[in-house]
Amino acid sequence: MPDASHSFPLLPNLPGVGYKPQHFWRILSDPSPVGWFEIHAENYMGDGGRPIAQLNVLAERFPISVHGVGLSIGGEGRLDREHLSRLKRLCDWLKPASFSEHLAWSTHDSHFLNDLLPLPYTNDTLTRVADHIDEVQTVLGRQMLLENPSSYLAFAESTWSETDFLAEVVRRTGCGLLLDVNNVFVSATNLDYSPQAYIDAYPLDAVAEIHLGGHDEDEDDHGAPLLIDSHGREVVDPVWALLDHTLARSGPKPLLVEWDTDVPDWPVLADEARRAAGALTRVLA
Amino acid sequence: MTRQAEFRGGLLNPSAPEPEGLTDGRNRPAGRRYGVYRNNVTVSLREALAEGFPSLVSLIGRENFDHVARAFLRQSPPKSPLMMHYGAGLPEFVATLDQLKHLPYLADVARIDLAMRQSYHAADSTGINPAELQALDEDALLATRFAFAPSMILLRSPWPAGSIWRYTLRGGDKPTGGGEDVLILRAEYDPEPHVLGPGAGDVLTALLAGAPFGTAIDAGGDSFDLAALLDLLLSNNAVIALNT
Ligand SMILES: [Fe+2]
Repeated sequence: MPDASHSFPLLPNLPGVGYKPQHFWRILSDPSPVGWFEIHAENYMGDGGRPIAQLNVLAERFPISVHGVGLSIGGEGRLDREHLSRLKRLCDWLKPASFSEHLAWSTHDSHFLNDLLPLPYTNDTLTRVADHIDEVQTVLGRQMLLENPSSYLAFAESTWSETDFLAEVVRRTGCGLLLDVNNVFVSATNLDYSPQAYIDAYPLDAVAEIHLGGHDEDEDDHGAPLLIDSHGREVVDPVWALLDHTLARSGPKPLLVEWDTDVPDWPVLADEARRAAGALTRVLA
Repeated sequence: MTRQAEFRGGLLNPSAPEPEGLTDGRNRPAGRRYGVYRNNVTVSLREALAEGFPSLVSLIGRENFDHVARAFLRQSPPKSPLMMHYGAGLPEFVATLDQLKHLPYLADVARIDLAMRQSYHAADSTGINPAELQALDEDALLATRFAFAPSMILLRSPWPAGSIWRYTLRGGDKPTGGGEDVLILRAEYDPEPHVLGPGAGDVLTALLAGAPFGTAIDAGGDSFDLAALLDLLLSNNAVIALNT
């Protein structure tokens, strides 16, 4: 594998976007206002070809955040060692500014379900998640960030709030957090709590990156709103407002715009990034 | 049964009951909220298959493809988080379906889709300089064994699979004729399927099995065009070493 000649130790407090290959040439000619890129780790685990060649060029110019979607940190079984070593190879080669994964599970009995599935917040889950994060951080030799999920339902057996659960995971493992404010808005709407109160209870000191993304709207059996995390459209105004609420408490952070389905042309994505840059400017003013 | 086994049980099985103890956050049963996960799993796997098999989608239509994909993904969910490899069993699965028996070439055309994807992600390699081949004297040439690029894939079909693939995705003349040998080559980053002339599939099969050049070309028969095959291989950086 090629070797990224530069490495960027940290994500800057600038807007970033999820990298899409169709934007490659545009990014090389004019990336503004985007200062860094996030990639889905699993898309760069082939043996070679264009994806890896492009990533190598990108990584020479920009800080890269490697975002895993397949490790199943919350899985009941042990972590997939083979997958963990693939992640290690990718991180050793790319020397990314950040590595993050999700508070979720996606693999069961060696079947990968390609979705971020929900966890009950219990002491058992806490122990398991903390053990798995310890293992990841030991194997990768670096701190990882853990992202809060979008929830469509709750577990009757949960005994922890999500914010307390995350704070305790941080305390036990020393991991950092990736705060997805769209996920907060989606979960709060779906499960009927205040997204601002969630942010106020959230361990913001541990946040090293913030996600923004678009969601779809649906309804449940009772006609209550049911928001679906789709990453397929613009970030809605209440989520931008929640971002302002967050940044006013946390200070500036690296902000990522996620857009994964119906990916628009670069100017649309750049406009979203510009809006994120505006939020960062306001907090510094 | 563990919590995740129970939760997993209904995801790909629409007749399985929803797991117990799931709520809407207001102390009411989650109801169709569980269905969001069911839907996410099914749709994401189906979309991955549709993206991976464009000619199959085009040949049978998106609606029929979705039925085939749903049946396949329930029986064969991914075994790894590397979605780029998902669906390797779909061509064989298609071949077993009674409803598609009237399109016997489908599986082989789907194999081209699959091979294109495998070639795309295969390891990079560098083709030899053609002068290396020309520099060999006749004895050395006949004794040499070719090493090929990892991105090169040979598919042999009793159907005109390569022509059907091309016609389906790119248009042109309607395919006629019999079986085809299709060679997928990736000169740099873009794989391309090439329909081989007579005898070339037999020669390549022998070369891929490690036969020396002299032995392999004997398998080509009378109408085999050696110059055309060498030109195709060399101009696409498919030969990466000559082992003498
Ligand atoms: Fe996110």
